[in-house]
Amino acid sequence: MERIPILKMGSFLLVTIQVDMHDQLALTLQDDLTSRIVRDRASGVLIDISALDIVDSFIGRMLGNIAGMSRVLDAETVVVGMQPSVAITLVELGLTLPGIRTALNVDRGMELLSASKGEAGGDGRQDG
Amino acid sequence: MGKTRLPEIIAHHEKDLLNEWMQRQNEFLRRDRISEPQSRANSHDFLRALSEALSRNAGMDLARNEWTNMRELLADISRQRAIQGFTPSETATFVFSFKKPLFARIGIEYADDKQGLADEIWTATELLDKLGLYTAEVFLKTREEVVLRQQQEMLELSTPVVELWHGVLALPLIGTLDSARTQIVMQNLLEAIVARGSDLAIIDITGVPTVDTLVAQHLLKTVAAARLMGAECIISGIRPQIAQTIIHLGVDLSGVLTKATLADAFQLALKRKNLTVSRS
Repeated sequence: MERIPILKMGSFLLVTIQVDMHDQLALTLQDDLTSRIVRDRASGVLIDISALDIVDSFIGRMLGNIAGMSRVLDAETVVVGMQPSVAITLVELGLTLPGIRTALNVDRGMELLSASKGEAGGDGRQDG
Repeated sequence: MGKTRLPEIIAHHEKDLLNEWMQRQNEFLRRDRISEPQSRANSHDFLRALSEALSRNAGMDLARNEWTNMRELLADISRQRAIQGFTPSETATFVFSFKKPLFARIGIEYADDKQGLADEIWTATELLDKLGLYTAEVFLKTREEVVLRQQQEMLELSTPVVELWHGVLALPLIGTLDSARTQIVMQNLLEAIVARGSDLAIIDITGVPTVDTLVAQHLLKTVAAARLMGAECIISGIRPQIAQTIIHLGVDLSGVLTKATLADAFQLALKRKNLTVSRS
C-alpha cells in the first residue's frame, strides 16, 4: 500500500508530501504520524509541501487536523514550502489554517521548531 | 439594390465631386489636426474605392469581398484620425459630408426622372450611412484598444516588489485596489517571497486613496496567503483618515501587524531580524 514516509530528525518528525493526496493516503498519514509522535516522543512535526501544486479544501482540512492532533500530543506542527498558487487557492477557499505555523523552507521550519522547543515550558507563544 | 448609375455619375464628375467635397470638409475640419493634402488624398482614395466597388456590383452588404478595399481604407483613415485626436463625429462626417456634392450630381443626372432620382438618392444615402457608421465603429474600436493597452500598462507598472534588506521585502501600493489588481499584487508578492527567501514583507498603502471593506478584504487575503507560505506581513502607511474608516467599517485588522509609517514598519522588521541601526 502507498505510504508517505515519515523521517525522524532529532526530536522532530519530517514529512514530505510529494504525491497527490487522496482520502485513504491522508488517513494513513494521520494514523502513522500520531503513532510515530507517541512512539518517538517527538516534540515537533515538519510537513514539507513544496512539491504540492494543487490543493483542495480536503487537503487544507487535513493539514489543520494533523496540526490539531499533534498539538494534543504536545508536538508542534510547522508547514513549510507552500507554493504561491497553493497559498492563494487556500485563502480563496477561506482556509487560512489559523492553528498552523508556517515557514518558507525546511531550514527555517527547523529553526522555528528548535526555537519553540527552547522556550517550551515558557509562555508557549501562540502564533496567530 | 436595383440598377444604379452611381459608378457612372462618380466617374463622370469625379473632379467636381472631389473639389466640392473638399470644400465641405474644409468647413468643419480642423486644420491643426490634418493637412489639406492628406485629407484630399484620403478623399481621392475613398472615391476610387467607392467606384471600384460599385462597378463590381458590390451591393449593400459591406461584409462582401467587393468592399474589402473600401473597408481597409476606411479602417486606416479612422484609425489614423483616432490617433490624431479627432472626435467620432468628426471622423464620421468625413463620409457624410460627401452626400451633398453627390446628391447634387445625382439631381442633375436625373433631372427628368423623378422616380429614378428618389431611388438613386435612397441607394446613395443607405450606402453612405453604412460607410459612415463603419468608420465610427472602427474609430471606437481603435480607442478601446488604446484604453485597454493603457490599462494593461498600468497593471504592470503599479506592482513593484522591492527588497529593503536581506529578507525584508516592501510592496508600495499606489492607486485603487480592485480584484484584478489585488490578484496581480498578491501573486507578485508571493513569488518574490519565494524567489528572495524573504520571511518579512511590508505592504505600504500610503498611495491607496481609499480603503473600503473590499480593499481591506483584499489586503487581509494577501496577508493570509503570505502567512501560509511562512512569511509575515506588516501593513504600513495607514493615514489617520484611513484608520478611522477601517474602524467605522468594522474591519478586523487585529490579526495583522500595522504601523503608521513605512519607517516604523522597517524598524520593526529590522528588530525581528535582530538587526540594529547605529550611528557610526
